[in-house]
Amino acid sequence: MSVRSATGGSGPGATVPVPYRVVRRTRQTPDTATLVVEPVDRALPRFAPGQFAMAYAFGRGEIPLSASGIGEDGRTLEHTVRAVGAVSAALHDSAPGTQIALRGPFGTAWDLARARDRDVLVVAGGIGLAPLRPLVHALLRDRSAGRSGGRLGVLVGARSPGELPFADDVEEWSARPGTHVAVTVDRPGPRWTGEVGVVTALLERAPFTPGRTAAFVCGPEVMMRAAARDLAHRGVAEDRVQVSLERTMHCGTGHCGHCQLGPLLVCRDGPVAGYDRAGPLLTYREL
Amino acid sequence: MTGGTAPRGGFLARLPEDGAAALLALGGDVALAAGTRLFEEGRPADRFWVLHQGTVTLSTRVPGRPEAVVETVGAGELVGWSWLVPPHLWRLAATAATAVQAREFPAAEVRDLCTREPELGRVLTLRVAEVVGRRLEATRARLLDLYAPPPGAAHPGRVP
Amino acid sequence: MTDSPGTERAVLDRDGLGALVRELRARGHTVVGPTVRDGAVVLDEIDSADRLPFGWGVEHEAGRYRLRPREDGAAFAHSAGPQSWKAYLHPQRLREWTADREADGRITVRAEEPARVSYAFLGVQPCDLRAIAVQDRVLGGGAYTDEGYRGRRARAFLVVAECTEPGATCFCVSMGTGPGAPGDAAYDLALTEVVDDGGHRFLVRAGSPAGAEVLAALPRRPADGATAEAAREAVADAATRMGRTMPGTDLHALMAGTLEADRWDDVASRCLTCGNCTMVCPTCFCTSTEDVGDLTGDHAERWRRWESCFDLDFSHLPGGPVRSSGRSRYRQWLTHKLGTWHDQFGSSGCVGCGRCIVWCPVGIDITEEAAALDREWSARTLPPTAPAEPGDARGRSPGRTGP
Repeated sequence: MSVRSATGGSGPGATVPVPYRVVRRTRQTPDTATLVVEPVDRALPRFAPGQFAMAYAFGRGEIPLSASGIGEDGRTLEHTVRAVGAVSAALHDSAPGTQIALRGPFGTAWDLARARDRDVLVVAGGIGLAPLRPLVHALLRDRSAGRSGGRLGVLVGARSPGELPFADDVEEWSARPGTHVAVTVDRPGPRWTGEVGVVTALLERAPFTPGRTAAFVCGPEVMMRAAARDLAHRGVAEDRVQVSLERTMHCGTGHCGHCQLGPLLVCRDGPVAGYDRAGPLLTYREL
Repeated sequence: MTGGTAPRGGFLARLPEDGAAALLALGGDVALAAGTRLFEEGRPADRFWVLHQGTVTLSTRVPGRPEAVVETVGAGELVGWSWLVPPHLWRLAATAATAVQAREFPAAEVRDLCTREPELGRVLTLRVAEVVGRRLEATRARLLDLYAPPPGAAHPGRVP
Repeated sequence: MTDSPGTERAVLDRDGLGALVRELRARGHTVVGPTVRDGAVVLDEIDSADRLPFGWGVEHEAGRYRLRPREDGAAFAHSAGPQSWKAYLHPQRLREWTADREADGRITVRAEEPARVSYAFLGVQPCDLRAIAVQDRVLGGGAYTDEGYRGRRARAFLVVAECTEPGATCFCVSMGTGPGAPGDAAYDLALTEVVDDGGHRFLVRAGSPAGAEVLAALPRRPADGATAEAAREAVADAATRMGRTMPGTDLHALMAGTLEADRWDDVASRCLTCGNCTMVCPTCFCTSTEDVGDLTGDHAERWRRWESCFDLDFSHLPGGPVRSSGRSRYRQWLTHKLGTWHDQFGSSGCVGCGRCIVWCPVGIDITEEAAALDREWSARTLPPTAPAEPGDARGRSPGRTGP
């Protein structure tokens, strides 16, 4: 149900990383930044929304990062990174001008074909909005170009108003006609006048017809399970609910074995997978 | 970006025929201005609301801090379930965060109606249980603080 | 056992075997074969057939391996040793690339040029031949190819030694991987060792043009009927002497259907999560990357090394490991090997060599674990004879559906 990457092979970009230069760095939240990068020389093949890169911080190591933005030229990429370990902290701190190196694109993409002329729900939890952002851009492009009908709902849950990633984008999307954008937070500050609660609570008021809806969900696994359960309960078919899975990645090319989730190699059969496939696997403890 | 007016299923959808009309007749539509206090924590839970439009915040008081909002409730949803369950006292306070349109119901009369119409009572109780279950699930999920930096993060809460 | 086009069957004597090693070396191959060292039949580079373990057999049992002298002087009458050919094709540790950072911050990444060594593997048993085919699919059969592996593999010359002396822990027959080398398998030469009143000799057939070419250069005589018959019998007889048997059930479905079986707790109470089984397994391919630097901070290297799914860090996520219990790690290993390998790579990951049984320090037996799971599964999927006890958390319904 997911779209398999058309790229492959073995040349530079698959195993050997390709240098990229940080051209801009935007602080998203206190521990999260978005790096806009462009190739120093040759570019990796074009990323599709949902695919990821292995991002290398010189001398530190490499981590998987979904593309949070894909330049129209196919060369510029955005990666949003949260400083949680040595490598992610080094990438997070990369100032403009810093060179990093990328491999990819790896993994499956959000399957836009399954959303054509359907109501679409994009459900994001925290930094989970990052891999969904290029998808929202593609959905908005398709709708404004008349390539797809259906309503678009973007539902975002964040820890606090200050930890809402891509706040400017969210603001901009909500101004688009035919687009329903809702944000909820766990911990409102004194000046927050928006909703408080879990992101699934936003489904109650999102405009969609369950029988003709496709949903794209990314966030902590607990949140994705809850959202997928809720969507199914409301009548959205499980094979129309796509989630983005997270497991350890070392190679990205299906050879190292770290990212297994039962029958899936998440770097190859994911990260995007239909909930009809992923859901049953997520019911097993420590699979 | 919040609120909305689409009580698709909503709390009152598809009630059993016996008693549905009587229940709806017990209620009356109200319009509440933003800032209206619906109820206070610890007071008798004598009413409940089903929202048509607008948002209501549920909150509690922490001395020395601003009113602590724990959850918001929007169109189609039930505001208040303490009226159904002893001791019939509000667990939280509720405030209209926006202008609100709602149907307001008197708790004692609805409880009496549920006694007379057991099927309505059963369905209404189940539905309240569903709401409470959902809020419990949401509360547990938030208790996990899933969006927080993972334990052992290199720079938890760092400010670059 | 059938003749392929352009191949002849011939007989080599011991000198012929020596000539084979010389011919392979003359053609630029690094010849690797079994040899005796440190109380075991190990794989090593050999410069002469004399290094082969003539006159050595082995005794296998769960958690036990011993050399045993043989009176017949056979060279290939020893089943699985502690290493497998993956040590050469998929090395334990290798550098993938190096990177340098200039003063202006510019990064240069240089791919490591793999050494162009061309191996000749002498004495590949059919189970291990299948293991190589399994790794071919894992490392070269998907969208991405491990180029280093592909190069080493493409240059490798495989001399199979059909198995005539299975061990007590062998079960290739029930995995369909031995003891003979199937005619459609990819190898260059296949030997069958015969020691009887007719002498010590090797029935040889070529499985590739390169094999035929090498064979043509060796001192040999045409295969005689007696040798051919003796070789056939030796392999057929080996098939009847398997020390272990994998249950005949659909293992792929069994693994998917028993993820919550009680047996996992049982095996977890014995398993030390040492990872020996993964190191000796000829198909286990998992690796981890390691990034190292020098003291200047401007030179960095990417290394790759074998990794085991029994390692706690194997499934590490920012919050901690996904598989923190030994139960889940053993389950990962077994269900992958026998079950999800099919989903991922289109075949079983087990070739029936028995190494994981032999080198398990507590003697956990993969065939016994599969049989126990099969028993538990069959018991649970029988129609219920009475309603489940209230509160029976296990219920009666973990049907054969799996995930």
